[in-house]
Amino acid sequence: MDSITIIAMVSIITAGFTITFGVIGPSLGEGKAVATALSSLAQQPDASATITRTLFVGLAMIESTAIYCFVVAMILLFANPFWNYVINQAAGI
Amino acid sequence: MNLSPDQIIFWQMSVVKLNATIVFTWIVMLLLVVGSILITRKLSQDLQRSRWQNLLEVVVINISKQIEEVGLSHPHKYLGFLGSLFLFIAISAIGTVIPGFEPPTGSLSSSVALALCVFVAVPMFGIEEQGWRGYLASYTKPTVIMLPFNFISEVSRTLALAVRLFGNMMSGVMIIGILLSITPFLFPIVMTLLGLLTGIIQAYIFFILATVYIAAATRIQQPERELALDHSATTQEHDTKPGAQQ
Repeated sequence: MDSITIIAMVSIITAGFTITFGVIGPSLGEGKAVATALSSLAQQPDASATITRTLFVGLAMIESTAIYCFVVAMILLFANPFWNYVINQAAGI
Repeated sequence: MNLSPDQIIFWQMSVVKLNATIVFTWIVMLLLVVGSILITRKLSQDLQRSRWQNLLEVVVINISKQIEEVGLSHPHKYLGFLGSLFLFIAISAIGTVIPGFEPPTGSLSSSVALALCVFVAVPMFGIEEQGWRGYLASYTKPTVIMLPFNFISEVSRTLALAVRLFGNMMSGVMIIGILLSITPFLFPIVMTLLGLLTGIIQAYIFFILATVYIAAATRIQQPERELALDHSATTQEHDTKPGAQQ
């Protein structure tokens, strides 16, 4: 197998694994956060504005790690520097 | 499929490129500035006011209330910067409803630019409130050993702001693009709705995080004993006041 094939194969497989394992942790964390927020809303409905706002801020922070994994997967698939280099070399030849 | 509006170029002259990011940024700026100028030309204080003035009042008062709730006691000082952040990101997210509109925040350059604005604004507001020495001392706050960690956390949260906004906007646009080629008609509309929701939430998150960082930087660090003395003094005043009124 030449380097073009190897690079393409590894990039695609890695992109798949990145997004798969990357979203497990944040999903579990967000589920726990929403569950706790719901139970505290049930206990104190007057504080719902503060609880909702804090919930959204917390969810965004947790979500951002999942977004990092998504960005890495997209870079591997669509803006892969090694792929571009190898393609340019092949086009040069 | 292009990853960002940076790659759509409208006009080019040797080195200067006019790409879609810049053009759509200008469009959003034009909309916000011209709209505000037109609405605030004749402000009225009585109950008869135009509905556009009402809309602007609702927006500005709610942003101001949010800033105050986070802990900044004089929201009018920060309203210009923080309100502009929120309005720019929100309008560029809502604009995706218009076909052909590419949100400028879907490009990494715009998101990094906005995050850099926050990175510069936080020390600026902090120094304005606390003075040079007070603000720089806050970096050594728990202990002096935390100095490099505090600095690293400043840089990393700026990076996190940028990548969070870029990732959310780019993923929304990309998912709609992919779905349009697979299952047209119904599913892309549902995804557009989801994209609108996440766009507004991301605008709010960016604004609230910037507010929280500024509040942390401008909180005047009072030693504990002074705070306790202040408390006891004010409670004594409260005790004597009702008696004086009688």
